[in-house]
Parts: sequence; structure tokens; C-alpha cells
Amino acid sequence: MSAGVDLENVWIKFGEFIAARDVNINIKEGEFFSFLGPSGCGKTTLLRAVSGFLEPSEGMVKIGGEDMKGIGPNKRPTALIFQNLALFPLMTVWENIAFALEVKGVGKAERRKRADELLNLIALPGQGDKMVHELSGGQKQRVAIARALAAEPDVLLLDEPLSALDLKLRQHMRTELRAIQQRVGITFIYITHDQGEALTMSDHIAVMREGVIEQVADGTDMYDHPETAFVASFVGENNLFKGEVSDINGEQAVVDTNVGRVRARLASLPKERQLETGDSAFVFVRPESLKFANGAEADNRIKAKIHQEEFEGQFWQVFLNVADGAKKIKMSLVNDGSDLKHEVGADVTLTFQPELAVALPEGPLAQE
Amino acid sequence: MSTWISNFYHRNGTALSIFLLLSVLFWVFILIVLPQLFMMDFSFRHNLPPADIGGAKDVYTLENYQYMIYGSAQSEGSYNTVDLTVFARTLIAAIFVTLFDLAICYPIAFYLAHSAYGGAARLMVLSLIVPFWVNEILRAFAFRIMFGATGVINNFLIWAGILDQPYDFIRNDVALYAGLGYAFILLMIFPIYNTVESLDRNQIEAARDLGSPWWRIHWRVVIPYAKPGITSGCTMVFMLTAGALAAPQILGGPSSLWFTQIIYQWFNTGNNWPQGSAYAIILLATCIAFVLIMMKVFKVKLGEIAR
Ligand SMILES: Nc1ncnc2c1ncn2[C@@H]1O[C@H](COP(=O)(O)OP(=O)(O)OP(=O)(O)O)[C@@H](O)[C@H]1O
Ligand SMILES: [Mg+2]
Repeated sequence: MSAGVDLENVWIKFGEFIAARDVNINIKEGEFFSFLGPSGCGKTTLLRAVSGFLEPSEGMVKIGGEDMKGIGPNKRPTALIFQNLALFPLMTVWENIAFALEVKGVGKAERRKRADELLNLIALPGQGDKMVHELSGGQKQRVAIARALAAEPDVLLLDEPLSALDLKLRQHMRTELRAIQQRVGITFIYITHDQGEALTMSDHIAVMREGVIEQVADGTDMYDHPETAFVASFVGENNLFKGEVSDINGEQAVVDTNVGRVRARLASLPKERQLETGDSAFVFVRPESLKFANGAEADNRIKAKIHQEEFEGQFWQVFLNVADGAKKIKMSLVNDGSDLKHEVGADVTLTFQPELAVALPEGPLAQE
Repeated sequence: MSTWISNFYHRNGTALSIFLLLSVLFWVFILIVLPQLFMMDFSFRHNLPPADIGGAKDVYTLENYQYMIYGSAQSEGSYNTVDLTVFARTLIAAIFVTLFDLAICYPIAFYLAHSAYGGAARLMVLSLIVPFWVNEILRAFAFRIMFGATGVINNFLIWAGILDQPYDFIRNDVALYAGLGYAFILLMIFPIYNTVESLDRNQIEAARDLGSPWWRIHWRVVIPYAKPGITSGCTMVFMLTAGALAAPQILGGPSSLWFTQIIYQWFNTGNNWPQGSAYAIILLATCIAFVLIMMKVFKVKLGEIAR
């Protein structure tokens, strides 16, 4: 079985400190949903409210449409995978996996059988009699997943479960997690501060900042259509030009920035947050949207000097100083044989298509 | 081993290393092993007047140990029921006191380690420790007064209408067990606290999240983890209770003899050191054997206790 999760006007306060501020989220059943945000933004806190270790100060947590108020973590249809896994070190692997069944009073033979089935599911057949410390990091990871799945939860909650693994294993486990989720078909709520993880695995992502949900969207929308300055600066890389809106022209905003007048797509926002003439605005341009100008463009021309170039095989990463020297920008050139590259120190003019840049109201940015 | 020693030298320098080794040697050998060896030696000798010591009559014998089992030589065939009973009763009472302490101290230690924060925790630790600034004898007398016929406890029970006349807590050994139980409570709490404290909170929460009721969390997660601390606490409390003297002297009823009191009598009023030594050795050996057997039963290694 699988169940959806709804957070309705959830506030979580620790004394004066507000860890979650009016959170409204609707997670559909069977979905892989990620919370993405920098350290300390309240992700774990929200997850604890869903699993029942914490009651929200205000608002409602619903699982499968039912209000969970007053229902303890041992009674909720959720299973949590902890950041440090929290496997039981004094039990064997199979006892760990079968713990939820032991709690339910299932007999030993049946428990062992079920544990072995789950060991097959996580591709660790025949490893049930090992102790936890005899497993590798990735294997422990999978045992933690099996232990949670043994409880037959409707919702699986994962708190940065891959953060302790090295890069290679992490990438492998992403695929694995996604595959397991599709096989068991239950709702996964996944927490991470790694946008790569969120983008590759999730059906939907919620980006969080200081207890506030900034935007909920799928991966491509989050990348292509950020709705706040924070999301634009946090998800993927972005070049920022600050300025003032001098004109609104249909779908586009004209912004006077310190690198000149630029045109960018106007983000579609609720009316009260929509940019108007005279507002301070942030224009974000992705490194891959910047091109060398060929002289034909009417606007969006930025003068810069190449400061440094890094070859990454598939791409050239080019770092430039804009005309006034104060600001660094970055562009990515596809290494497709076309001889677009210039020497370090060359003065160049950059350009971008207005629809590939976005103009947003000014707001807090992600820290570098 | 040799690398360990050379590391030790490198780390501490020659002078400090020699000092450390000598002081440990002094501690272990002069203060612990040597006195016990003397006791051991004593226990196999006859109780002779000073003039005969080192003379022809001063030979080794098992007489003192036989006495514990069979009593004096005249009563052939019968057993020394008085001493054996006291011995057995002391051990059983010590086990009882140990279990009682464990039942009280485990929840306190767990609470201190995982639920109490800041001021409350400090206050609790203080109120556990401060009473032990009071001298042991004084504490025992305080217990005697508290449990006496006109003590607070009897007064309260009569006032509350539970009793109509004072209950003799002392004659019935309630005061003794309470006093002994309290005397070594810290030695139970702190080892358990030490192990439980290092248990990752997430393990408790993981068990709870998987549907476990609180008692199973303790049974399957916390207690197995705390086992070395529990064993170490139980060992100390058991040994010290079985070997306690002041509390039984002061709080024991007129009829109750603690085995240590018999030992004390042999040394003191009986003026028979060899006999007293034999009894002391019997107590020590039995306690050690008991502890080792229990460790075997509960599958705890000696090294784990030392952690
Ligand atoms: N029990 C608590 N009492 C007081 N403040 C708390 C408590 N738990 C969390 N906080 C605060 O709430 C904020 C959010 O914490 P949380 O653990 O949810 O962050 P997070 O997003 O999971 O961060 P990370 O990625 O580092 O795990 C932090 O500032 C933290 O200090
Ligand atoms: Mg966290």
C-alpha cells in the first residue's frame, strides 16, 4: 500500500526559533518527493514531524488523508531511514531487517524467510548472518532500506541517506534507490542538500530556505523556471546581474544593470510578487546560455575579459571578468569542435537569448 | 608488546615512564597482591602463640578451611551449619541487593543519559552524589534512626493509617537491605550511565519508528548495548555488598549475622587470624567465581567491563 502525505499550514517552533514557517505541501501517493535545501533550513525537522517524533506547533500533518495528530512514530505508517542509518550493531543483518516483524510478533522462521526475501530485493543474498560492522558502507545503506521496508510502510522517509558514501557509490545508490522505489511502489520522501540527487531521482522537489518552502516543482521546471532568487541561485549554476526594471514588454522585462541594459523572460509569478517598472530585479543567466556575440544582436551584449579557462572534456568552463572588473561570470562551452574558444586575456562580447534568462524580484540568495 | 613498550617510552620520556611503571607496580604489587598473599599464607597456618611461630609446630594445614565446613574437630561428621548458613544468606542477600539496585539504577541512568537536560540533569547528579559526602557510618546511623520504632517512616505509616503500631524494620532486616542497597547505588548508576550515554539516540528512535513499544526498545536495543556497564555495576555492587561490614554492624537486627561480621570476630574478638584469613579467602574466592560464572552466562568479556 502507498499513501500520500499532506502538510497543511505547518509551523514548527523551538521556543522563539521558527524551524518551519507555514509549510503547505501535497505529496501524492507513490511519488518520489524530495526536500532540497542548505544545511539547517529545517528539512530534518519537517521529516520528524511526518514520522511523528515531533508535533507541529500549528497546522496539520495528514498521511493517507488522515490527520496524524497524537499518533506516535510507532503507530504511523511511515518508516524513517536515518542520516547515520542507525542500524542495530548488536544484531545480525537479518535480525536488523526483521526487527519490525519481531515487534509484530511474527514467528522466527517466518521472520527469517521475509528477511531473506528482502536481502534478495536489495541484492545482498545470503548475507543475513553477518554482523552489521562486517558490511561495506553501501551494503549498510541497503540493509537500512530493507529494515525500513520490512515494516511495510506506506511512506518511506529518507534523511540524507547517501551523504556518508563516496561519490561513486552515491551515484550508484541513486539509481538503485529509484529502482527500489519503482519496484515497491510506495511514497518516498527524500531529504538532501545535494541538488544532483534531488534532480535525478525525484518526481517533485520542494526547495527550502530557513523554514520556508520556496518552490515546489519537478526537476526540469525547478531548473528552467525558478520562481525565487534563492531557487535560481541554489539549483544549478547561475550568473546574476542586478538592476532595475525600466520596462515591461509582454513576456519580457527590460532591466538596467551595471553591465548594460538586458532583456530577460519575466517569471510567471502570482500577481502580488510580479515585477513592475521601477522594481529592483535580479537577472539570472545560466553558464550554458551565454554565447560569444557575433555582432548581429541588438541587445543583451555584455563586454568581458577572459580570466581563466578550464577544460573538462565535454565542456570548456570559461571564467570572465565583466567590464568594470568587479564581477566574475562563468560560461560553459560545449567542446563540439567548433572553434569558439578565445585566448585568456582576450576582450570579448557575450550575449544570450532573452527567453533563456529570467528576471526575478530581488531576494535572498544561496550562499556560495 | 615490545612496540607498545617503546611507544610508551617515546611518548612519556625515560624519567616519566619509569615513574609511571614504578607507581603502577607499587600500586598493584605492594598494595593489592602482597597483602592478599600474606592473607593466603596465614589461612593455611595454625593459630599459634608468638613463641611457637617459626618453630616445629608451624606447618601448613587445611584445618581452617575444614572448620568452615565441618566445625570444630570434636563434632566429627556434622556440618558447621551456623557459618554455612550465614555464608549462604550473605551471598543470597548480596544478590538480592544487587538486583534491587539494578532495578532502581537502570531507569535513573537511562533517564540521566537520554532524557534529562541542563539544570534538571545537574540537579539530579548532585542529589545523587552529595549524600555520599556524609561518612558511611553516619549514613548507616541515619538509616537506623529513620527506620527506628519512632523514626520518620513508622511515624508516617502510622499517621497515614497503614499501620497501627510501629513495624520493626530493623529486626526484619528491611533497614539493612535498604542501607546496603543505598550504599553502593552510585557504583551501579555511573557504569550504566557511561555505556548508555554513548548509545546513539537514533537507534532508540529507529526502534520506535519500526513500531517497537518502549519495553522492547530496552530489551532489544538499550540493555544489550549497556550490558558491559550493567555487568560492571553489578559486579561492584555484589562484591562490595557481600564484603560490607559497617552497614550490617549498625543496621543488622540482633539475629542477623553477615559473613563479614564472622570474619571480623575471628580477627578481633576471636584473636584467630589464620581462621579469619581462611574465611576471608573463602568469601573472596566465592565472589570471584560467582562473578566469572555470571559473566560466562551473560556472555560478557572481562575486557568489555574495563571500557
Ligand atoms: N530540538 C531543537 N531545539 C531547538 N532548535 C532545533 C531543534 N531541532 C532543530 N533545531 C533547529 O532547527 C533548524 C533546522 O534544523 P534541521 O535539523 O531540521 O536542519 P536540516 O535542514 O535537516 O539541516 P542539515 O542538512 O544540516 O541536516 C536548525 O537551525 C536547528 O538548530
Ligand atoms: Mg538534517
